[in-house]
Amino acid sequence: MAYDKFNILKSTVVPLPTENVDTDQIIPARFLKATEREGFGDNLFRDWRYDVEGNPKKDFVLNDPTFSGKILLAGKNFGSGSSREHAVWALYDYGFRCVVSSFFADIFKNNCLNIGVLPVTVSAEFADVLFEAVENDPSTEVEVDIEKQTITLVSTGASESFDINVYKKENMKNGFDDIDYLLNIKDEITEFAVNR
Amino acid sequence: MEKKTLFDKIWDAHVVRSVPHGPDVFFIDKHFIHEVTSPVAFLNLEKRGVGVLYPERTVATPDHNVPTIDQDKTIKDKLSRMQVERLRENCERHNIELHDLGSAHHGIVHVIGPELGITQPGMTIVCGDSHTSTHGAFGAIAFGIGTSEVEMVFATQCIMQVKAKKMRITVDGELGKGVSSKDIILYIIAKISAAGATGYFVEYAGSAIRALSMEARMTICNMSIEMGARGGLIAPDETTFNYLKGKRYSPKGEEWEKAVAEWRNLQTDEGAVFDKEYQFDAADIEPMITYGTNPGMGIKVKENIPSTDGMEGSNKKSYLKSLDYMGFAPGEPIKGKKVDYVFVGSCTNGRIEDIREVANFVKGKKKADNITAWIVPGSREVEKLAHEEGLVQILEEAGFKLRQPGCSACLAMNDDKIPSGMYAVSTSNRNFEGRQGPGARTLLASPLTVAAVAVTGEISDPREVF
Repeated sequence: MAYDKFNILKSTVVPLPTENVDTDQIIPARFLKATEREGFGDNLFRDWRYDVEGNPKKDFVLNDPTFSGKILLAGKNFGSGSSREHAVWALYDYGFRCVVSSFFADIFKNNCLNIGVLPVTVSAEFADVLFEAVENDPSTEVEVDIEKQTITLVSTGASESFDINVYKKENMKNGFDDIDYLLNIKDEITEFAVNR
Repeated sequence: MEKKTLFDKIWDAHVVRSVPHGPDVFFIDKHFIHEVTSPVAFLNLEKRGVGVLYPERTVATPDHNVPTIDQDKTIKDKLSRMQVERLRENCERHNIELHDLGSAHHGIVHVIGPELGITQPGMTIVCGDSHTSTHGAFGAIAFGIGTSEVEMVFATQCIMQVKAKKMRITVDGELGKGVSSKDIILYIIAKISAAGATGYFVEYAGSAIRALSMEARMTICNMSIEMGARGGLIAPDETTFNYLKGKRYSPKGEEWEKAVAEWRNLQTDEGAVFDKEYQFDAADIEPMITYGTNPGMGIKVKENIPSTDGMEGSNKKSYLKSLDYMGFAPGEPIKGKKVDYVFVGSCTNGRIEDIREVANFVKGKKKADNITAWIVPGSREVEKLAHEEGLVQILEEAGFKLRQPGCSACLAMNDDKIPSGMYAVSTSNRNFEGRQGPGARTLLASPLTVAAVAVTGEISDPREVF
């Protein structure tokens, strides 16, 4: 499933400092019953966002109109637990294109890269700088430049570089996915499979 | 010659090619699918106009959302029914082996794979489910993948993966009475935290691991993901071969001898280097239980919930948020807390040995009145054995009832939901907020501890309940 190209993203930020946010929080299992990929954004963070009657919980950041944007700034160990790609579909469907954290769970990070949501790992110190800036001034913008591999706090120019492997970087920039690559080398794969 | 770990040996044998400065093109021997993470992959495959390259390498079963009563009737929940029907249609269309609801080998995907002998040493195995790590107990590289990767496996039998770092966790010594493999893994996760193995693939070694049955080994590998590891594996040995011999898909006759000879080489070379090593003493492990909202928040049943001493900032805030959800206070004992539900089941502890352990414990005792108990076998095969061995009768006499196989209350996608605010002690793998139903409070423990709780109605150490 190809996705939009990712080059430079400049946006305000939604802060969620809670640590160890697992994919059951991002999208609870009872909402995984769809057989198509669209529409999961409505139930993103469902049980933190709404009470049992379906009323918005005022203290949750997605219900706070002062914060919005395409970048989610998350606490340490974001996306742990279940491999459900639905968690990333929900973030994407809601409008996030980039998640920033000092630590990501493995499968979640892979899933992000596979559907075009950029996971940016920053140092714990820089994460603190970002949280403070955004919480003090919700209009704070952050710029993520995939070519330069930098993330910058626009107001102060404070910046940090992040890692992404060359292959994934090119994919993100061009909106390619792994299947395109794999289908192109199918003959090599079938030859390999003969002995397996 | 280069010293290799078991993980290296299997990994390197499955690399079709390496992308410069990028991932490996990684060949997958076996692919398990279920109703929840496969439909979008099939849909996208069709949008691309691509078929399934090697349908014989994929095996399907509906497990995540299925009811655990009245499985012979139409599934009441419309969306669940649609997912199961879609799985049937997709398997039919693409010629994929399906162990359907009600069939002799239906069950949780990670229970039936080993039962049928599909899971074998040296294999690479994936499934759109993070507990695929279970299959690592056989000396296989097995891990969970996302739906995009499920699609890749359908189309090309490969995924693009960066090789993980290597960790070895050695547990030596003898386990005490009343201590089981679930306690080992809860102990390890409590020691290294819910994110402590992120980026690693774990090999479990040592005399305490060697002494375990295959089912007990599966419990350990199953929860590798709960400390962030991509997967975990255990080198195959006589225990492994004895388990696999005669299974439906195991090699037979001469092929068997040949396979076993090859499997014996699946060992970490002496002197091979790991990126990280941990060593634990089995004698220090006691019955464990979790008190918080991630599997790293575990203590011995006899211990108190940790205080907030030394915590600060977002760490302390997250900790208190977690305890607040659970309705617990820092520093208080966990033993004696009232419990409402017990759940025995899941891909972690839904196998016959688990049911046996519970039945043996409750034999001649009675379930406490305040407890609602759900005992859910991992497969039809487990269900059948439980009947044949007289376990069902023992359970019924003690006030328990065996349900039908499925993932059930582990993730509460079906009707098996713990009501909001209630406490459930479960043999499953995750105590996340709402995991067993919105507002449900989950404590993870071994089947034996769960049995003790079911009898006393409160958090108990199984060694103290007679």
